[in-house]
Amino acid sequence: MTVTAARPSAPPSPQPIVRASPGAAVSGAATVLVGAAGVALGVAAITRPLAALRVGWLLPLAGVSFEVTGTAGLFMVVTGAVAVAAGCYSVGYFRHAKTAMATLSVLPLFVLTMIGVLAASSVTTLLVMWELMALVSLVAVLSDHHHAAVRDAGRWYAGMTQFGFLAILIGLVVLVHSGGSESLSVLAARAGAAPSSTRDAVFVLTFIGFGAKAGLVPLHVWLPRAHPAAPSPVSAVMSAAMVAVGIYGVVRVDLQILGPGPRWWAMVVLAAGALSALYGVLQASVATDLKRLLAYSTTENMGVVAMGLGAGMLLADYGHPVVADVAVTAALLQVVAHAAFKSLAFLAAGSVVAATGQRDLDHLGGLAKAMPVTTICFAVGALGASGLPLGAGFVSEWLLLQSLIHSQPGSGTLLAVVMPIAVGVVALTTGVGVAAMVKAFGVGFLARPRSPGAALASESAPSMLVGMTMAAAACAVLALAPAVVAPALRSVLSATPQAVGVASPHFGVLLRLPGIAGSLSPLLLAAAAVVATLAVAGATAVAGRSRRAQCRAVALWTCGGGPLSERMEYTATSFAEPLQRVFDGVLRPDVDVEVTHVGASRYLVEGVRYRSVIVDAVEVRLYRPLLGAFETWAGWVRRAHSGSVHLYVAYGAVALAVVLAVAR
Amino acid sequence: MRGLIAKMWRTGRVAEPEPALPARARLGGVSQGSLQLRHVDAGSCNGCEIELSGCFSPVYDAERYGTRLVASPRHADGLVVTGVVTRNMASALRDTWAAVAEPKVVVALGDCACDGGVFTDAYGVIGPASSVVPVAVEVRGCPPSPTEIIAGLRTLSGR
Amino acid sequence: MSGPGVVGTVAQVAAVAAGAPALVGAMRQVRARLEGRAGAGALQPYRDLRKLLGKQQLVPEGTTVIFAAAPAAIAGTTLVIASIVPLATLASPMDQAGDLFAVVGLLLLGTVALILAGLDTGTPFGGMGASREATIAALVEPTILLAVFALSVPAKSSNLAVIVANTVRHPGQVLSPAGALAFAALVVVIVAETGRLPVDNPATHLELTMVHEAMVLEYSGPKLAVVEWGAAMRLAVLLGVLANLFVPEGIAGTHAGVAGTLLGIAAITAKIAVAGGLLAAGEVFVAKIRLFRVPELLAGSFLLGVLAVTASYFLGTRPA
Repeated sequence: MTVTAARPSAPPSPQPIVRASPGAAVSGAATVLVGAAGVALGVAAITRPLAALRVGWLLPLAGVSFEVTGTAGLFMVVTGAVAVAAGCYSVGYFRHAKTAMATLSVLPLFVLTMIGVLAASSVTTLLVMWELMALVSLVAVLSDHHHAAVRDAGRWYAGMTQFGFLAILIGLVVLVHSGGSESLSVLAARAGAAPSSTRDAVFVLTFIGFGAKAGLVPLHVWLPRAHPAAPSPVSAVMSAAMVAVGIYGVVRVDLQILGPGPRWWAMVVLAAGALSALYGVLQASVATDLKRLLAYSTTENMGVVAMGLGAGMLLADYGHPVVADVAVTAALLQVVAHAAFKSLAFLAAGSVVAATGQRDLDHLGGLAKAMPVTTICFAVGALGASGLPLGAGFVSEWLLLQSLIHSQPGSGTLLAVVMPIAVGVVALTTGVGVAAMVKAFGVGFLARPRSPGAALASESAPSMLVGMTMAAAACAVLALAPAVVAPALRSVLSATPQAVGVASPHFGVLLRLPGIAGSLSPLLLAAAAVVATLAVAGATAVAGRSRRAQCRAVALWTCGGGPLSERMEYTATSFAEPLQRVFDGVLRPDVDVEVTHVGASRYLVEGVRYRSVIVDAVEVRLYRPLLGAFETWAGWVRRAHSGSVHLYVAYGAVALAVVLAVAR
Repeated sequence: MRGLIAKMWRTGRVAEPEPALPARARLGGVSQGSLQLRHVDAGSCNGCEIELSGCFSPVYDAERYGTRLVASPRHADGLVVTGVVTRNMASALRDTWAAVAEPKVVVALGDCACDGGVFTDAYGVIGPASSVVPVAVEVRGCPPSPTEIIAGLRTLSGR
Repeated sequence: MSGPGVVGTVAQVAAVAAGAPALVGAMRQVRARLEGRAGAGALQPYRDLRKLLGKQQLVPEGTTVIFAAAPAAIAGTTLVIASIVPLATLASPMDQAGDLFAVVGLLLLGTVALILAGLDTGTPFGGMGASREATIAALVEPTILLAVFALSVPAKSSNLAVIVANTVRHPGQVLSPAGALAFAALVVVIVAETGRLPVDNPATHLELTMVHEAMVLEYSGPKLAVVEWGAAMRLAVLLGVLANLFVPEGIAGTHAGVAGTLLGIAAITAKIAVAGGLLAAGEVFVAKIRLFRVPELLAGSFLLGVLAVTASYFLGTRPA
């Protein structure tokens, strides 16, 4: 039995259906309305420039000012769409669990603050909205605060969020100081003139802050704790929309406002992305908690997005604007696709958890017959997450690979070394990601139930199904006709100095890359695959019918050993075991084998207990020593607080003497 | 590897020439020339197994007649049962027979599988293969030689 | 979309569909002759498939539509790949719809369908085969994509027809270090993807040594026929792609007529037969390696891929 970082599941029996609570319906409706408003605002901002809104009296000294740019518009559409699906879903979800009023009221507020962050056009507004978003989401994460694991997750989340906020605060304050204005558009015009050390400092600080929100390694440690701990609609919004807000920060500040920078900026973004992608996907492949698997998959996808942005910056620096265009397009499309399939996956996972009371894949299974809609929805989400053709994530991955392979030889040694490594990283991420998603879907939904909770599952409430179907429809549209987001992508590219190429990729039935010989038609591929599969199935049926061939439902072949029990099915742990062995050095599982011998003789065994725990290696190797060192240092400082008034007066006298000496 | 190539060159073809085709047997309505069998040892002394593996060795090469031993009964057209059916293997034999898709046959290989052989009245024995599954072809002998086994298999494969 | 192109594509898909079992039979025959046996003949797989189509279709209890649809899915995706890749003709109408990355993605999609079918049975064998196949597929991805990268550098595109046309115009560049390294990497990839020795033994009876076979232990009758036919088609298509990427002579161009198309079919048939024969002969000399040594083999091929790309960057002969 594998326990991934000791995460306790929800209570073993599914919750009984409680009386329909009006609070859930109101909260869900409010979320849907806010989301729809966000979508409308975003679409309007993409198609034409919107007027700015400034309310001088709302905040002392600075006031709030909102202006939705084209970039913000794209992310607003994404946030709004996720909110609509999650809001509809939450109507049914929160009826099952006894939910506090706090959580119900917080969900629409959360979406509102995110839209506020995206619409902010001055630094103060951005910071205020950011902090509000962090506080409101913290309340949402802590909705189940009776469990110790949830409280622990809340602590980590609060700590990392404040750390990120601090970094963003300092970075943006430095930027404002050097630019002389608070408005983001004015700063964008003046940032090029700032001294390079200032720009470097701002880049590092804001990348750390926004990267922590996006879940890039090594600042990701809150993600696998907070996303599973929150209720599923909140997880969906956090994982699909809030990390996108982090990416928005990176795009807006580090790419658009700061403008083209030295080469090492691009390398930092690319390296952080590659590390996040690999680490996230490896942890996802060995995770047995369904929501933790999806959380690590978020880290992986954000890593791929960062790789796209970094590759775009690097290629632009080397003077390949067209290819840089393609890379940034790939990153943005990946954000949109990730929002669709990750929200769908989290909503389906929440549906499973609500129906079975189980979050551990090792105890799920056999849900395809009892919960067909949920199964199909999770299958669509998993297909998108794996980056396979017919999935929502395929086109963005294809675009990213095209941008990586089209740097010309002779451009420079750095490109010649970095691009193959980047392609290798993307490929390994895809491969292991496919294994992780196949594990999640195959073990969690197919075959027979592995626990009584899974055996008693039944399909979710209609509102939950409607929410999931909306997200699934978005996945299907993105998989077959990504042209719908083309205007939005173009509006973002036109505002990004690194990616103003000659022409952006042409999205139609055939996706054509300008200036590069490359084309793809996801619709034609999907149609051909479906037609070919149906043709083969039809031909088999016809060929079989002409001779004697009747179907018969039979027992499974067990080598004559008798009927199978559910203990004999492959679990998620056993499925991932070969991969875990290969990447043993990175994952460092803690394996413990305890053998109980028969009392009379040490040669006879009564029982064997095997325990394998995979914790987040970054947390263990980086954070624990750092926190331990911090605690030791704080202990030294504590010794100075001895309680003696004479000592404190002496401290004051010494400090006064120092100030007098320095200030003279 | 060079030594192996030289050995292949020197050895050449080891398979003995094909004997004449025996009298054909019908296998339901299935086309001739392809026979996949799943071997089940119901309680044999392994003498028949050695002869059966000799059938598929390069000298006798039963695969040239379209027969093949397969791992899963679902992939098979029938079973090759060796040995008398012991109590412990009775249910396993029945499960294996149930797992084969129609049309299917059973080949009883060796005297033990055909009529109990030397183990007829032993304890722990249920009987010959026919007491548990319907036998279509019997190959007698203790153990039968590969030539006799192949003659029996060819009545089913028709090649 | 040109008329000869459509005709050529239909012809090559039909040839792959009809001729793939003959390839498997010929490979078995080559192995048999090298082992001193007589062999069942190159047409034996056709007899096997014909017999299987007439058998009863057993549906194991507890399986879902995934188990029922996976054979058709794997065969269907392979047929789509056969229509995209330039086997007999360069002018396939599907060529614009997908490039090498799309082909790799479709291959992986077919593998995923079979993995899910293995998990759907709920037997330990199915799960074990699924787990092993997933690990191998995950670890072979970097090598495939790096080999694609290496091949796309001289042609400046990952579009298959462009790469093959470029090789037709400059046949000497496959002899470069980059070409040789990419070839070696692709051979390992094909061995791993199609489940041949030394990665997987297609003829084993021991479930603990199975990778591909373990996933299909529960299939019977017509669906088993489709699974075997799909596996044969995969082998044929991959060998054909390998052959045409490095020795594309004989392929029909964009303006070829009926004669050109026929020559293209004949050329690819010959090339696939030779490649399959060499692969089968090579299998006689190797044994299956342990499952936990396979990542080492795949890491080695990944290194070959990296070297191929680096060589094509620094040592590639730029065409005039």
